[in-house]
Amino acid sequence: MSEKIVPKRVYFTIFGLLIGFTLLTVWVASRDWGAFNTIIALTIAVTKALLVALWFMHIKYSNRLTQLVVASGLFWLVIMVALTLFDYRTRSMGR
Amino acid sequence: MADSHAVTHHSALAHHFDNMEQQREAGSLGMWVFLLTEIMFFGGAFTAYIVYRNLPSAPNKPSISEAFVAASNTLNVKLGLINTIILICSSLTMALAVYYAQTGVRRKQIIFLLLTMVLGTAFLVIKGFEYADKIKHHHIPGKQFEFAEPFQHQAQIFFTIYFAMTGLHALHMIIGIGILLVITWMAWRKRFSPEWHAPVELFGLYWHFVDIVWIFLFPLLYLLGYHLHSGGGH
Repeated sequence: MSEKIVPKRVYFTIFGLLIGFTLLTVWVASRDWGAFNTIIALTIAVTKALLVALWFMHIKYSNRLTQLVVASGLFWLVIMVALTLFDYRTRSMGR
Repeated sequence: MADSHAVTHHSALAHHFDNMEQQREAGSLGMWVFLLTEIMFFGGAFTAYIVYRNLPSAPNKPSISEAFVAASNTLNVKLGLINTIILICSSLTMALAVYYAQTGVRRKQIIFLLLTMVLGTAFLVIKGFEYADKIKHHHIPGKQFEFAEPFQHQAQIFFTIYFAMTGLHALHMIIGIGILLVITWMAWRKRFSPEWHAPVELFGLYWHFVDIVWIFLFPLLYLLGYHLHSGGGH
């Protein structure tokens, strides 16, 4: 029951994907996708963050408790952003 | 390397843990709880950014989101991209340093810790050049601030957020490199083994977290108006 040792091959694969997504995000930004600009950029960023968290930070191999704690942290972050936006985005309504 | 099954009384086992595995899991959980406070800390800054970008523009005033695009366009995308790649490389070297700590290859562990430090330092040096450029162009918010009309006022909001967020990020890098120095010294003194290398592993989590923050900062700060001058930079 020793700690899970992730093979080096996995790290190199994730590294390659991260570099690929970085170049993709710059290429995507060089064209205008209208209202989707930010959505595309954020989708790529979230994907990269997940790659780092799951494999580099070993969340994929962690126990359930750690995974639950991390997920709940992200949930609280979403609450902070979403409820703040509910406020600011609706302030000019009805004027 | 060393098959360390059923290490019941390892010298690094604190008395309040049953076994090494429980100690390791508790350490990693604790580190994650700390990182959650960091997520909320940077999350607050990201929320400020999101709120300003989505703020409806006041009548007869230039829109803030357009000012963000104009201000973002003055940042150096090439340097931002190079720094993104440097940070991803440093995450790889850090992951490998943890790998060689787990497998007990001390020499390679030290090499990859040093490489991580070098890459982190390179990032900060490039960031320094970028800041110097901002000072030269009077893009520091305050009395001296200069920006092409009509965004003279609104662009300051972008640059305030830019300096706050990249500054906090850089501070995390500086602290990280400081801790790396200590960890490398510990590795040099043969303090780590495949059974116990908690500082390397937990620091790795911190370093990757700082990488993730930059993964969001790069597109949100540098690439807002890149499509407006594809091919040409400032």
